[in-house]
Amino acid sequence: MFWIAWKMLIGNRAKYLGIVFGVVFAALLIAQQASIFCGLMSLTISQIYDTAGPDIWVMDENVQFVDDIKPLSDTELFRVKGVPGVDWAVRFYKGIARARLEEGTYEQMILLGLDDATLVGAPQQVFLGSIADLRRPDAVIIDDAGYKRIWPGEPFQLGRTFEMNDRRAVIVGVTKASRTFQSFPIIYTRYSQAVLFAPPERKVLSFVLADAQPGLDPEEVCRRIEERTGLQAVTQEQFTWKTIWYYLKKTGIPVNFGITVFLGFLVGTAIAGQTFYLFTVENIRQFGALKAMGTSNWMILFMVLSQAIQVGVVGYGVGVGMAALFGFWSRTATRLSFFMPWQVLAITGAAVFVIVLLASLLSVRKVLVVDPAIVFRGG
Amino acid sequence: MARLHVYDDRHADEMAVRVRGVTKEFGSGGSLTQALRGVDLDVPYGEMLMLVGPSGCGKTTLVSIVAGTLEPTDGEVQVLGHDLVAMSNGRKVRFRRDNVGFIFQAYNLLPALTAVENAAVPLLIAGWRRGHAVEVAADVLERLGLGDRLASLPSELSGGQQQRVAIARALVHEPRLLVCDEPTSALDAANGRITMELIQQVAVQPDRAVIVVTHDSRVYSFADRIAAMEDGRIESVGSGPHEPTPA
Ligand SMILES: Nc1ncnc2c1ncn2[C@@H]1O[C@H](COP(=O)(O)OP(=O)(O)OP(=O)(O)O)[C@@H](O)[C@H]1O
Ligand SMILES: [Mg+2]
Repeated sequence: MFWIAWKMLIGNRAKYLGIVFGVVFAALLIAQQASIFCGLMSLTISQIYDTAGPDIWVMDENVQFVDDIKPLSDTELFRVKGVPGVDWAVRFYKGIARARLEEGTYEQMILLGLDDATLVGAPQQVFLGSIADLRRPDAVIIDDAGYKRIWPGEPFQLGRTFEMNDRRAVIVGVTKASRTFQSFPIIYTRYSQAVLFAPPERKVLSFVLADAQPGLDPEEVCRRIEERTGLQAVTQEQFTWKTIWYYLKKTGIPVNFGITVFLGFLVGTAIAGQTFYLFTVENIRQFGALKAMGTSNWMILFMVLSQAIQVGVVGYGVGVGMAALFGFWSRTATRLSFFMPWQVLAITGAAVFVIVLLASLLSVRKVLVVDPAIVFRGG
Repeated sequence: MARLHVYDDRHADEMAVRVRGVTKEFGSGGSLTQALRGVDLDVPYGEMLMLVGPSGCGKTTLVSIVAGTLEPTDGEVQVLGHDLVAMSNGRKVRFRRDNVGFIFQAYNLLPALTAVENAAVPLLIAGWRRGHAVEVAADVLERLGLGDRLASLPSELSGGQQQRVAIARALVHEPRLLVCDEPTSALDAANGRITMELIQQVAVQPDRAVIVVTHDSRVYSFADRIAAMEDGRIESVGSGPHEPTPA
C-alpha cells in the first residue's frame, strides 16, 4: 500500500515538484541561515581556539566573553601559580591598540601579548618569518588578512614597521589566523612588549593562561583556582560556550537570524501544505475508491504520512545539499562566514519533519472523512 | 480465480442479499431528501439482479448500502449472512475488503498505476506480496482479453479497456458479492455488450451474487431478474431472460 502511495505521489509530477519545492525552499533557507549564524558565532570564539596550549583561562570574575577585558593586577599570576593542581600559569595580554602607519593613517588592531619566556598562545601557522624572531626588540607577527587589510595589493614583506603608542613595531612574521568578529588585524608580540604598545593603564594583565597537572580534571582545578583567588577560572570549552551565550543573549544577532529562519519555515509550510492539500483533494476519489475496496482509515493515514515523509526526505536532501553548495561557494567567493555543524542539519531536519507533518495533517482529515460512497457518484 | 467454478452449497438456501424496510435520508430540515422510502429486496446466490429506474430514484443509494459503504437510516440489511447494520465500522471495512467487488461508472482506476497494478489493488489491500498479486492480476486480465495491455496506464486505454481493467480489479480477489453501478453507460453498444458478457461469464457463479445498476436497456437481456425502482421504492421485480438474446 505504501508502494501505491508512492506511485500516486510521483504520478502527478507537477504537484509532486510543487510540494518538494516548498520543502526544499524551507530546508535551504533554514540550513543556510543557521549555518551563517553558526559561522558568526564561531567568529566570536575563534581567538579562544587560536590560543593553543592552555586548558584553563583565568580572568576577572565579571568577564562575560572573550573580548570583555577587565584587567587584573600582575600579582594574580603568582596566586594562580600557587593553587595546588596548577601545572603552570602564564600571563596573556589581549587588547585593542591604535597603530599609526608609515603613511600617517591610523588602524585599530587586536594586540596579543604572549608570555616572554614560553610564548604560550603563539600563532600556529606562521608561514613567513618565525616565531623565534618575536624575541627580537620591537618584534611583532601579524595575521595575513590583517596585512592585506592594511596594505592591500602589496606582497608580504618582513621588516615593515608601524607605530603603536609612539613605539616602533617591526613585522618579523606573518601567520594565518581564524577570522574574528571584529575583523581587525591581529598583532602577536611578547607580553613585556605589548604592555608598552598598549595605552597606559594601571592594570594590564588580561588573562592568566594555565594548565592542570597531568591526571587532574581541569574543571576541578578551575574550581580550586576560583576558591583560592576569587577570580573566574574556566576551561577552554566553557569559555567558548560562555562567549557564545553572551552573544546569544545580549545581541540582536540571534533574533535577526531567528526571524529569517522562522519565515523560511512559514513560507515552506505554506507552499508545501497548500500543494499537498491540493494534491490530496485531487486524489480524493482515488482514496475514496481505496476505502470502498476495504482500505482502513489507519492505512489511509499511514499512506498519506508516507507520502509526506517521502517529500520530506527528498526536499531535505536537496535543500541541505543546496545550502552546503552555497556555503562552499561563499567560502571562496565572499567574506561571509559559513559553518554547518551537525546541529544545523538536525534542526533543519526537525523543521522539515514538522512542515511535512503539518502539511499532511491538514489534508489527511479530508481523506479520513471522505465517504467511500462518493466513488459511486458520477465523475 | 481458482475457486471460480467450485460450487458452495452452504448458502444455497440463503439469500446473498436480504434487505427489509430500508430507508435513507440525506440532510435535515428544509433540505431533507428521502432517497429510500422503505425498500425490501432479496438477491439469491447465483443470480444477476438488475436495478433500473429513473435518475434520482435511489439506485446508487441502495447499492451503496448493500455494499457496506453507506449506512441506512433505518431497516435491516443482511449480506452474505452478515448483519451490516450491527457491524462496527472497522469490521465493515474488512467485510468489504474480503467480500465485495466494485465496478463503477467512472472506473475509478488509479491513474498512476498500470493496468495490471490497478487490477492487483484489492490483493494489495488484503496484504499480498506485490509480485504475487501482480501475477494473479495478470492472469485475470488475460482472461478478459487484455493480456497485451498489462503495462499500459489507464490514460493509454480506451473506455472499454479501462472498464475491463475495472472488472478484473473487481473480481481478482474472488468476492462473493459484485456491485456494479452503471458499468456500461460510458461505453458504446459493442463494448457495453462485451463488458456485460464478461461480468456474466466470470461473476455469475452459484456461490455469488451480482447487482447491476443500469439505465442501459440494451443490457437488460443479461439479467436473471430486474427490479424497477421509483422514487425511493422498488415498484416491481420481474424475471429477465436467462440467456442473452442473440444480436
Ligand atoms: N450524499 C448525498 N447527499 C444528499 N442527497 C443525496 C446524496 N446522495 C444522493 N442524494 C439524493 O438522493 C436521491 C437518490 O440519489 P441516487 O444517487 O441514489 O439516485 P440514482 O437512482 O442513483 O440516480 P442516477 O440514475 O442519476 O444515478 C437523489 O435525490 C439525490 O439527490
Ligand atoms: Mg446513480
